[in-house]
Amino acid sequence: MTQTASPAIELRGISKAFGTVQANKDITITVPKGTIHGIIGENGAGKSTLMSILYGFYRADSGQILIGGRETAIPDSQSAIRAGIGMVFQHFKLVPNFTVLENVILGAEDGALLRPSLSKARKELARLSKEYGLDVNPDAVVEDLSVGHQQRVEILKALYRQAEILILDEPTGVLTPAEADHLFRILRGLREQGKTVILITHKLREIMAITDNVSVMRRGEIVGTVKTAETSPPQLAELMVGRKVLLRVEKTPARPREVVLEAKGLRLTRGGVELLKGVDLTIRRGEILGLAGVAGNGQSELLKVLGGIARAEGTITMNGRPFTDPREAGIAHVPEDRQHLGVIMDFTAWENMAFGYHRHFAKGALMDNKTLRDETAEAMKRFDVRPLLPDLVIKNFSGGNQQKIVVAREIERNPDLLLIGQPTRGVDIGAIEFIHKQIVALRDQGKAILLVSVELDEIMSLSDRIAVMCGGRIVGERDPATTNEKELGLLMAGVNDEAA
Amino acid sequence: MDYATLLQLLDSTVRLATPLLLACLAGLFSERAGVFDIGLEGKMLIAAMTSGAVAAISGSVWIGLAAGIGASLVWALMHGIASITFRGNQLISGVALNFLASGITVLVAQAAFGQGGRTPPLSGDARFGAITLPFAEALREVPVIGPLYFEVISGHPLLVYVAALAVPVTWWVLFRTRFGLRLRAVGENPAAVDTAGISVVRLRFAAVLIAGVLCGIAGAYMATALQAGFGREMTAGRGYIALAALIFAKWKPWAALYATLLFGFFQALALRPDVVTRVTTLDIPVPALEALPYVLTVLVLAGFVGRAIPPRAGGEPYVKER
Repeated sequence: MTQTASPAIELRGISKAFGTVQANKDITITVPKGTIHGIIGENGAGKSTLMSILYGFYRADSGQILIGGRETAIPDSQSAIRAGIGMVFQHFKLVPNFTVLENVILGAEDGALLRPSLSKARKELARLSKEYGLDVNPDAVVEDLSVGHQQRVEILKALYRQAEILILDEPTGVLTPAEADHLFRILRGLREQGKTVILITHKLREIMAITDNVSVMRRGEIVGTVKTAETSPPQLAELMVGRKVLLRVEKTPARPREVVLEAKGLRLTRGGVELLKGVDLTIRRGEILGLAGVAGNGQSELLKVLGGIARAEGTITMNGRPFTDPREAGIAHVPEDRQHLGVIMDFTAWENMAFGYHRHFAKGALMDNKTLRDETAEAMKRFDVRPLLPDLVIKNFSGGNQQKIVVAREIERNPDLLLIGQPTRGVDIGAIEFIHKQIVALRDQGKAILLVSVELDEIMSLSDRIAVMCGGRIVGERDPATTNEKELGLLMAGVNDEAA
Repeated sequence: MDYATLLQLLDSTVRLATPLLLACLAGLFSERAGVFDIGLEGKMLIAAMTSGAVAAISGSVWIGLAAGIGASLVWALMHGIASITFRGNQLISGVALNFLASGITVLVAQAAFGQGGRTPPLSGDARFGAITLPFAEALREVPVIGPLYFEVISGHPLLVYVAALAVPVTWWVLFRTRFGLRLRAVGENPAAVDTAGISVVRLRFAAVLIAGVLCGIAGAYMATALQAGFGREMTAGRGYIALAALIFAKWKPWAALYATLLFGFFQALALRPDVVTRVTTLDIPVPALEALPYVLTVLVLAGFVGRAIPPRAGGEPYVKER
């Protein structure tokens, strides 16, 4: 009975450095048993490092970990599992072509032969499913499951290993709003059963919705731990960034003018799968068209087709004319997958600044590197890129600063239309505010913007018009002023009451 | 073609398919664990030379076999250290080991025996003899089945049966044991294995070393059973044919048996141009026949057998993410 008195997990003065970078500095957190504890912070604040220490991927340079009141060493993942820690990673650690059952027993088998382990796990899963509302077919192959169900498999894996402390890293990034609600119900159920949940996120709304307490991290340190009921999003945001942050995007009503881009009947099939099933789209000068949808419903493909990266059937015109080179036609593109399509990670900032616009910086067959570097330095200053070093290799910038460089490159050439995918993925709050302002400013100059994002908040606060994609089609269009998250969520999930 | 000729053809199919099958299963273990192994050829070659040489010196085929497996294991270990421990490129490591085997076998054989890079001819206890299975003689007179049993199934060296037995054993290990589950998992998503608290490195080494043992047996079979001694480049691309068969078989053990039998059959055809001429009534040149298994290999590798999905993490060294 002393168990109930001691906290589920207690960190005392955890520090960890990588070379000269202090990733975690004197972290002290106490998480009472049977609570949901949020850890919030910007990218690079040290959340992942802290979790890696808890799960035995790294060893802390100093400090203690107490589990259930007892000091516990966690030199590897096996020890973490033994100590009752279960981890649900942002990118699931599942074997895609294994069944749910096989994934659950992997590493927790009872003997050298599989059959007894499988039948035991089958019984145990049935019990866990019932107890926590975690409905999953044990014989389903994981890659056939929806992302929400795959996440449940991860939770079941942890529970099967008798985890008492469940750590979830950015668990809602890939979920629809309805799936996220279901996850929260599961987490509350776990709390009722006396389990302890640690939720790592950068989304203030989630922290407010589900946690009991929240610790805020900034630059490797805990800058505050508060009761959720006694705080507010603006206060948390300020703690995270270290200054006041505008959470809402400030903008005037749109004044749409003539049509810039018109696409008709876009179809795209890859590997026998129809990714775009006849998409029609018009975008006007002076408006931001938001494209909402759960990842994998054709938004990425549409963006690639318009940006000239993929070829589809159908017609696309810019300012009334068909075109072959999107950039010459005045289309700029900030791709969704920044690290693969937006930049070359091993090139410097100024080299990256030239991509797509090499001709602009050319003197005959030679590159005019001096002009390129000077312009890069200026653009970096204007876009508040830190550190202000054009010669730094791009992978050494933070995600937010990389994105600022890409956005700067695309906006600098004065396009008629900006395609921008996941503008704030992996970008810290401070930089989000800046990038959003740039997008709105571009609109106010009379440019057209197509925004694709899986963050519904972002779509709702930035867009002047919202189109929802589901299953390769645009299934509906809404006015952000009159719609709400629930309605969009239903559309995203393919439920359209208008069609009925 | 009469029945007797067909049986002869099938008999040599079995003999020729055996090294392919062993090498194919070796590749299966390695690649299912996520380590590409283009070095099957080199491992077979070094095992063939070592087993041939040691059997000739010691006069015992068993010591020869053990030496062959040992040599192949050394090659497997080098591949493991290069591609697992030091996370090098698996293809480059495999190619390098093939070159090394190609050169060193001839060099050592020439230095030791001075017979133009060959090892001395083996006979008696220094070579695997044919085994007659029970009732082969008695059943020989039973129509159809009797001769089939006597000619095709019975009367092979022991290692042929070892190879045949390796198929169900491989299947059982992969799909019915904990080790097999983990092995398949590490070839699909090593991160899943790592976060489950299991060592990715140890699992992959185990798979690579199993491949070493199987290639060792394959090589020893070449030099001490199929032939009577080692000859330069005697594996003649069988390691690559085994890789093609592995793709053809989509990394499945039973399919590997059928695929290697098919390749073995083509190799057997090349040995009997007279039969081919008689059946097809075409005068197909012998070199064209000899090229058949390789042509099939190219076709398989070019993807004419439909989509074959390799293990997803194949070829990628595992780097722990934070």
